[in-house]
Amino acid sequence: MDEHALRATVLRVLGEVAPEVDVTDVDPAEDLREQLDLDSMDILNLAIGLFQATGVEVPERDYGRIVTVDGCVSYLTQSMTPPA
Amino acid sequence: MPSLGADMDSGTLIAWHMAVGDHVTKGDIVAEVDTSKSVIDVETFTTGTVEEILVAEGAQVPVGTPLAVIREDSADRAEPPATPVVPPVRAAAETPVPAAAPTPSAPAAPPAALPAHRPMASPLARRHAAALGVDLASVAGTGPGGAVTTTDVERFAATRRGEPAGPPVRAAVEAPAPAAVAAPAGQPAAQPLSTTERQAALRRAIGASMARSKREIPHYYLACDIDMSRVVQWLDERNAAAPVTERMLPAVLLLKATALALHEAPDLNGFWESDAFRPADGVHVGVAIALRGGGLVAPALHDADQRPLAELMTGLRDLVARVRAGRMRSSEASEPTITVTSLGDQGVDVVQPVIYPPQVAIVGFGRIRPRPWAADGMLGVRPVVTATLAADHRVSDGHLGATFLTALDRLLQTPEEL
Repeated sequence: MDEHALRATVLRVLGEVAPEVDVTDVDPAEDLREQLDLDSMDILNLAIGLFQATGVEVPERDYGRIVTVDGCVSYLTQSMTPPA
Repeated sequence: MPSLGADMDSGTLIAWHMAVGDHVTKGDIVAEVDTSKSVIDVETFTTGTVEEILVAEGAQVPVGTPLAVIREDSADRAEPPATPVVPPVRAAAETPVPAAAPTPSAPAAPPAALPAHRPMASPLARRHAAALGVDLASVAGTGPGGAVTTTDVERFAATRRGEPAGPPVRAAVEAPAPAAVAAPAGQPAAQPLSTTERQAALRRAIGASMARSKREIPHYYLACDIDMSRVVQWLDERNAAAPVTERMLPAVLLLKATALALHEAPDLNGFWESDAFRPADGVHVGVAIALRGGGLVAPALHDADQRPLAELMTGLRDLVARVRAGRMRSSEASEPTITVTSLGDQGVDVVQPVIYPPQVAIVGFGRIRPRPWAADGMLGVRPVVTATLAADHRVSDGHLGATFLTALDRLLQTPEEL
């Protein structure tokens, strides 16, 4: 997937995790837990949603890297790029 | 119309999911009701065939109004056809099906709207029945969980005397022709509420409930710091080895340990009604869930003491997702036997909770945070959670509350056995 498609995927998954939120309003650089009031259940659902969409599993120790939209996109990009 | 909260007076029937002639099984979702706070999926208490729909889509009726007639499968009809008292559609004490499993996990219980054993009724209803010479076993109950209320007794007695059928609480809508659900004549359909109206209604309901709690319930409060190092270690190892879809949150262990600890303090698990404590049959933990627009609901996670952790986790995820999307099952809305509120994610260390009437206790958990901890004469750092209990002093004393917290602590020291 290219970055644009990945970003769209991340926003779609976010929309499923927090259906009350307008995902087009989200600041991609800001912590989602502050911005959208996401709790640990939401972050887990986000990790599950990203796995189901991309096949990438985010271990618990890496949760800190997926708490912003930009963070999700770069984490997924890294994990999906085959090593050189 | 089931009572789906202590403060609910009436509900609007939005949609029927069954029609005359359909066969329904206890636990099936048969209707959607708008309580103004949220939309509830109403489950049937009875297994049988739908004979008549009494309230049409769009009608707003008071709690207690019969909504439909379902003829039970095995039982003969106990009352003559003239009796207006029929098993109304109401909440079922059924384990909710987790989203992952399409078939019910619990075996179907034998249907019985009129149980042969001692019927559930408030002490007031019993006295009323005795005074009127009414056998409680013959009266179909419309109260919570099928309990017989004083109104039920009066209606039954009126019928027995040969008075015209028609309980005073029956809505203006007369039964339409027993075909598929038809719109009645002259009953205006209730308009769906906007989000703002819903949030305002929810706020008012919470306010009423909490004001009543503070006014009527003599609370006592206890707190206890619990070493969570074993839980955290067990979870880390388990989650690292499991696929992401099977990961567990600490919350689920806290909920199960709470449910199990109640076995040692049963006077914390039940309801205060008619000036007496009624212990609950099962442990259905109300999980306090904050709604993003504001407001709080605490739907029941049924049989939290008996289900395996993995199943509780799936159930919790499903419950949170549905509740935040504005949907809940009637058995989840009306049957919590105790509530647990966990504010750890918000960074709170200690919760001073307020009991949700008619429950008699509430458990709070704060953040799991690293704290200095003394053990075996040495000082170290351990993840610690502060557990709090607020309980109704009409029902229990601090001694029992302390027994509960001690049991909770003990259970959380062996997470692998939860």
